[in-house]
Amino acid sequence: MVIGERKPFEEILKTLEGHKKILVLGCGGCVTVCLTGGDDAVRVLSSQLKMSRDKDGNPLEIIEKTVERQCDPEYVEEIHDIVPDVEAVLSLACGAGVQYVAERYAKTPAYPALDTTFVGGSVKEGYYVERCQTCGQCKLAYTGGICPIARCSKSLLNGPCGGSTGGKCEISPEVDCAWQLIIDRLRYLDQMDRYEELADIADWSKNRDGGPRKMIREDFQR
Amino acid sequence: MAGSDFEPTIVAFCCHYCAYGAADLAGSMRLQYPANIRIIRLPCSGKVTPIFLLRAFEKGADGVYVAGCMEGDCHFILGNLVAKPRVIYAKRLIAEVGLEPERLEMFNMSAAMGPKFADVAREFTERIRQLGPSPLNKKFQNKKDQAA
Amino acid sequence: MSGDVKTDSGLEKILRSGQFAVTGECGPPRGADPDVIREKCKLLKGKADAFNITDNQTSVVRMSSIASAVIMMQEGMEPVMQMVCRDRNRIAIQSDILGGAALGVKNMLCLSGDHQKFGDHPQAKNVFDLDSMQLIQTVRLMRDEGKFLSGEEIKKAPKLFVGAAENPFADPFEIRAPRLAKKVKAGAEFIQTQCIFNMKRFRQWMKDVVDRGLHEKVFILGGVTPFKSFGMARYMAKNVPGMDVPDELLARMKDTPKEKQAEEGIKIAVETIQELKEIKGIAGVHIMAIEWEEKVGEIAEKAGLLPRPSV
Repeated sequence: MVIGERKPFEEILKTLEGHKKILVLGCGGCVTVCLTGGDDAVRVLSSQLKMSRDKDGNPLEIIEKTVERQCDPEYVEEIHDIVPDVEAVLSLACGAGVQYVAERYAKTPAYPALDTTFVGGSVKEGYYVERCQTCGQCKLAYTGGICPIARCSKSLLNGPCGGSTGGKCEISPEVDCAWQLIIDRLRYLDQMDRYEELADIADWSKNRDGGPRKMIREDFQR
Repeated sequence: MAGSDFEPTIVAFCCHYCAYGAADLAGSMRLQYPANIRIIRLPCSGKVTPIFLLRAFEKGADGVYVAGCMEGDCHFILGNLVAKPRVIYAKRLIAEVGLEPERLEMFNMSAAMGPKFADVAREFTERIRQLGPSPLNKKFQNKKDQAA
Repeated sequence: MSGDVKTDSGLEKILRSGQFAVTGECGPPRGADPDVIREKCKLLKGKADAFNITDNQTSVVRMSSIASAVIMMQEGMEPVMQMVCRDRNRIAIQSDILGGAALGVKNMLCLSGDHQKFGDHPQAKNVFDLDSMQLIQTVRLMRDEGKFLSGEEIKKAPKLFVGAAENPFADPFEIRAPRLAKKVKAGAEFIQTQCIFNMKRFRQWMKDVVDRGLHEKVFILGGVTPFKSFGMARYMAKNVPGMDVPDELLARMKDTPKEKQAEEGIKIAVETIQELKEIKGIAGVHIMAIEWEEKVGEIAEKAGLLPRPSV
């Protein structure tokens, strides 16, 4: 899923300066799962904003709503009747969701309440880690199912570098060396021969470096 | 700020299996404790989520606390341990808003601890009295404005 | 391996002629004063066959490796231009290879580069378009096939003797020899190792290397760094990732009176070189006297490596 982390409260307050009535809009997708952008997060942030502005004698009126997904025009349409009544939308979706709201309602500013951080999964409830960098050319078949692009600090395709110590990365003893994990796994899988293959130079044009990407399913085009 | 006319409004989220019973017992034992406490009964302290606590402050509470069972004694095994980090997290949330995190606390007690319930109520009320009224306490602010 | 010399590199000639080679290191200044390099060159000249010019080492901004290499050549010395993958994409890498070669650089060392987290600009965006192995492949492709990575032809191919680094002490230990094999496969012609302090572990690695016959495919130069003091030894042991300083060596430095520690550090370095000379498959040494260039000559002298042959 896409992981987002709430922006510093001060920063959110600053983006809302001058507005008296806003829509705080949650997203029922990934950010609900990672606890930062769902219905509950909408209520908490709204309550905080109201208290903060009340305290300063500058009350903020808030409409709270959460839609199924903000990255889908169909669901963004659901706030059609609310948007004319507010001065701005504060979106708790990932960066994609914020942009869908911005694109659909051109005359109303859409502000992000989250910093979209990474694509990953949960270790346990409330604890999320990065696993994928959406490079567009999955290499997991050659690396024991562990991604060197997302998990090696240098994204080395022929790692590890000389800084791998005791299974940890040179940047921090808290970070696992991805290549140690890869080698351990290749050994379990009896695929150590794959380690000695030189990895092809990556085609970063499949990554963001090739410009904004799209994916089209032809059979759905009418 | 903490004038003598300030009587704090305090909301206590009390677990049905412990603190709520303790409050009852304190009453039967005729123990004196401040009348400032508004008790909200919960089936378990683990029912508390940050929004409960925020709403109380939003409505003007000067102090809020959660009272759950002694650690290890939760009727639902882990409820009080679920509540504990939530209260700590909510302290951060109110600090962001500009309220003192000391306005929020978690206590543990058993249903047999009537005197402890009274002590907690007294001590917490005193703590909040020292901190003064919450800037969101409209009733107090209005009273002050009228006086002025 | 002693076969044909492929470039005009003096280092290559010495290695291919079977002589024990010596390389040194020269860190560029954090400023635009060329005299800093000239001063260091005066201390180093004649004390080794070629000298690495570091490329924004430890991710701290310094004068560029290419520019510093040119200044060194003006002093009549042979540089080994280091290049890291951290700061350049493949376009800049190939361009700098052409530029370096055009200015007369004959040797290049291919490195991934330290993570910028350690440097003076931890908020920088790193590149790592290629990794060190792919950088080796790139220079070899450019030199031997006269082609860019795109497949297009190069008008005049850069003639560079291609090296790489290897750390025998990093983990996981079991892949350290296979990793060298990968670098050889990628096209590395010489290898400079990480500073050797744990001789036991180094011998084990060299045994694996020799068992695989890698010493016949690549020239291995053992890395030697003299301790200036016990403090430095302890810092390297504790704070430098991938550095293996055994306790005995730390104790030896600690037990030496402070004023004699520098001397003891040099003695250890000389002993290390003498041991290295006896190890099968070692083709030379790489002396890294970090901000202590004046001692390279002394170490080389005491280890019986001077005078250097002229090529």
